[in-house]
Amino acid sequence: MEEIYAKFVSQKISKTRWRPVPAGSLQTAETFATGSWDNEENRVSLWSIGDFGNLDSDGGFEGDHQLLCDIKHHGDVMDLQFFDQERIVAASSTGSVTLFLHHPNNQTLSVGQQWTAAHYHTSPGSLSCRSAPCTGVVCSNPEIVTVGEDGRINLFRADHKEAVRTIDNADSSTLHAVTFLRTPEILTVNSIGQLKIWDFRQQGNEPSQILSLTGDRVPLHCVDRHPNQQHVVATGGQDGMLSIWDVRQGTMPVSLLKAHEAEMWEVHFHPSNPDHLFTCSEDGSLWHWDASTDAPEKSSLFHEGGRSSIFLFHSISNQANVHQSVISSWLSTDPAKDRIEITSLLPNRTLSVNSLDVLGPCLVCGTDAEAIYVTRQLFS
Amino acid sequence: MAQKLWPWRSLFLLIPGVNSSKKQMCFDWGPGEMLVCETSFNKKEKSETVPGCPVIYIIRKDVDVYSQILRKLFNESHGIFVGLQRIEEELTGKSRKAHHFIFCRLVRVSKNYRSVIRACMEEMHQVAIAAKDPACSRQFSSQVSILSAMELIWNLCEILFIEVAPAGPLLLHLLDWVRLHVCEVDNLLADVLGSENPRKHESFWKLVTILVLQGRLDEARQMLSKEADSSPTSAGMCRILGDLMRTMPVLSPGTTQTLTELELKWQHWHEECERHLQDGTFASSPHLESLCKIMLGDEAALLEQKELLNNWYHFLVTRLLYSHPTVKPIDLHFYAQSSLDLFLGGESSPEPLDNILMAAFEFDIHQVIKECSIALSNWWFVAHLTDLLDHCKLLQSHNLYFGSNMREFLLLEYASGLFAHHSLWQLGVDYFDYCPELGRVSLELHIERIPLSTEQKALKVLRICEQRQMTEQVRSICKILAMKAVRNNRLGSALSWSIRAKDAAFATLVSDRFLRDYCERGCFSDLDLIDNLGPAMMLSDRLTFLGKYREFHRLYGEKRFVDAASLLLSLMTSQIAPRSFWMTLLTDALPLLEQKQVIFSAEQTYELMRCLEDLTSGRPVHGEPDAQRLQDDDIETTKVEMLRLALARNLARAIIKEGSLEGS
Repeated sequence: MEEIYAKFVSQKISKTRWRPVPAGSLQTAETFATGSWDNEENRVSLWSIGDFGNLDSDGGFEGDHQLLCDIKHHGDVMDLQFFDQERIVAASSTGSVTLFLHHPNNQTLSVGQQWTAAHYHTSPGSLSCRSAPCTGVVCSNPEIVTVGEDGRINLFRADHKEAVRTIDNADSSTLHAVTFLRTPEILTVNSIGQLKIWDFRQQGNEPSQILSLTGDRVPLHCVDRHPNQQHVVATGGQDGMLSIWDVRQGTMPVSLLKAHEAEMWEVHFHPSNPDHLFTCSEDGSLWHWDASTDAPEKSSLFHEGGRSSIFLFHSISNQANVHQSVISSWLSTDPAKDRIEITSLLPNRTLSVNSLDVLGPCLVCGTDAEAIYVTRQLFS
Repeated sequence: MAQKLWPWRSLFLLIPGVNSSKKQMCFDWGPGEMLVCETSFNKKEKSETVPGCPVIYIIRKDVDVYSQILRKLFNESHGIFVGLQRIEEELTGKSRKAHHFIFCRLVRVSKNYRSVIRACMEEMHQVAIAAKDPACSRQFSSQVSILSAMELIWNLCEILFIEVAPAGPLLLHLLDWVRLHVCEVDNLLADVLGSENPRKHESFWKLVTILVLQGRLDEARQMLSKEADSSPTSAGMCRILGDLMRTMPVLSPGTTQTLTELELKWQHWHEECERHLQDGTFASSPHLESLCKIMLGDEAALLEQKELLNNWYHFLVTRLLYSHPTVKPIDLHFYAQSSLDLFLGGESSPEPLDNILMAAFEFDIHQVIKECSIALSNWWFVAHLTDLLDHCKLLQSHNLYFGSNMREFLLLEYASGLFAHHSLWQLGVDYFDYCPELGRVSLELHIERIPLSTEQKALKVLRICEQRQMTEQVRSICKILAMKAVRNNRLGSALSWSIRAKDAAFATLVSDRFLRDYCERGCFSDLDLIDNLGPAMMLSDRLTFLGKYREFHRLYGEKRFVDAASLLLSLMTSQIAPRSFWMTLLTDALPLLEQKQVIFSAEQTYELMRCLEDLTSGRPVHGEPDAQRLQDDDIETTKVEMLRLALARNLARAIIKEGSLEGS
């Protein structure tokens, strides 16, 4: 991690997402979207990290990311996902879900489709509704799934004005994040430390499976699924712990890894190199976890720009009944053999790192200190 | 850059649309803002009712906080500020080299602050140029000049107070300072060198003069050689002046040369210049002669170049360069004062910026900070500069007669301004953290006023409070969220928040709501939460009861009747179940009593009977019974009779069973 560009953007960044590159193309990531929060006027913005023709004298890439276009967003941007190359879905604290269109010809953004009041509270004894923040959104063309503080799960289709399916009271507490397990199954995490699997083929509003942390009911804030091994799931909690789950078996995490000192806001497996994992936290840190077996240097367990830090690794259950050959590096439980190397990516602690995204060799993250960090040489 | 546009912090602010001579005004202070509105009071009763102004004005004290570009300054400098506070922490174990280490770090911190100001200034400049609206452009330009002045002052303070440059290097630093801030010359240089024939350029001599005034003698010499090449008549003169420029002794850092040696050499060189002037070497070229006079430090010749010098501090530095190159810090203020007087020449009075710089030359730090506080439109500058100077141990003796010391006072003001902003409040937290005396109290007061629009924001505020053991605030935030959840009919969420706040009373209230819902609907909601309460169940008796009661239902559902029965009984005998719920519990016992096999033992059946009798005998006698109550009583009586019957039958069966077991 040699070059990391920081740019101050005068708005607290809640979400950063790379635009997906077309399947099979040799392009690398060059455009990303951001959403802001807690501003008087929030925005969804698109940024370009510049074209690769501009090599400077040192052979590096010149300059930082530039704003392509932006559009006003009503309420805090709670979550942001690319629906496809040209469309972005944003979840709002006002409970609405908006599909933005990007017009590359004149570099503008416009509202394509909007589902207002997708999430709402009903007051006892009255028919009036209060909007509830939509906390998470996940897309798998043509479907969009949203979750919210109202414990509701909505399934939308880009071309439908109404929700295709709604599960009211899906959760008694706040749902914090959602991801697809295998279509049509989704995975949600909530504020009492539970991981629930929902199958849209089943009627009724009961999850098909509930997994949970033991005892302390520590809220889970983020979830990501291993890109190749769909049963392997990573979640991040309020205490900064990283949990790895095998959803095929057991109701408890396979391993708990002590990580950040405060809320882990996002966790992402590298989409094409899933032995690498990235996490960011309220404590202002951004970590790169390397569990690849061919990591060149295995001697140091943790290094963070010269500073040392205590790193605990312990596994909970043994996986004797699983064939060693198919086991993922994230599920293996031999701590002596499988050390995970952790690198801190940000030079100095700042305010909360709210969001990160990885694509190819590129990483982008956004902070409450109103800065966006980009690097294009993750594995150099 | 010109610092003519120097805005005053206004003591009187005119609010458009308000006429205070006709209407009475009322106001209220806020942390960083003031509310002003017209009152509907009328002095004369029943006078014609003039429609009042239907507006409440919000007057902001610290307007700069709302500038989009300055937000970058606040955010970036926040990181530097926090780093500076941690210098002492990092230092443990480095005691031997500590002094030098800290010194280097402090200088670097100061330079970092300045580079942030400069970056901001450059962006503001770009925006000012790009702005289409002239009023807007003017506003940005005025911001640019404020930022430029801030950097100028900071830089001078850095040289004098932080680097504490001694005689010799002092002048080199001051020269850099002037070169950095009078930067039009670079554009001019590029312009002249870029022209077809630089020597014929109209500004050629202006450029050479400026270069000499700034002590950039190498560049000046190169320009002169161009003149020499093209004009054979003056070639000789140019070469002589060029030689004088080349041979001017300057202090080169890193050599062993002493100041006395330098002074001696310089004296020698000075005399040589003087001789050339008296011999009339340059008499035929007024330009060259004037340059030579400048190099002799001739005040009259320097003052002739007033236009090019721009300001008195440039004049001061040039004057020192050519007449007192080894000036001591202690003598600076004398030359500064006389330079100011000479430069202004009684034509105009000094502006705030002049006073600030003069105070710095006098090494009066408190005066600098005071003048800056008055003149600048934001607290950012004074707060950060004072903090840095305090870390240099320069402000210790000074205590204010109110609050705490000056550093803390200014930091508190700045942080309060940040907290008044809807978005920058997070930055303010760290500033309060480093105010040992009043920071904590201020943070407690401010943090409670942050609107909690989403749970995520609430979690961020909670994290701030929890990290600082602000239990009172944690409790209050959780309570607010729990109340909100109850209002939104989200009992599960409400219970989670009251558990997090360890708020037993509220947990009881929510548990009661759950039980009431159960009684009304006959089934539990939010099972995912209640089934997973774990140790949190112990928070309040009612919550324990809720959890245990639900456990009873689960056991019953799983057909583990014996376990279910003893749990049910223990709920009553241990007094965990509220009295009002006993009848429901006893009714729940009915199906267990009616099972084929005996579930309640004789002992347990006696206990159940005692509970039932306790409940029925303690029942108050009703007054005037209405129809509804009569019907209710009827149902109740039937229930009690059914229970008595079932209990009696179960007792009989239990005695037989236990007797036969013992007998066998």
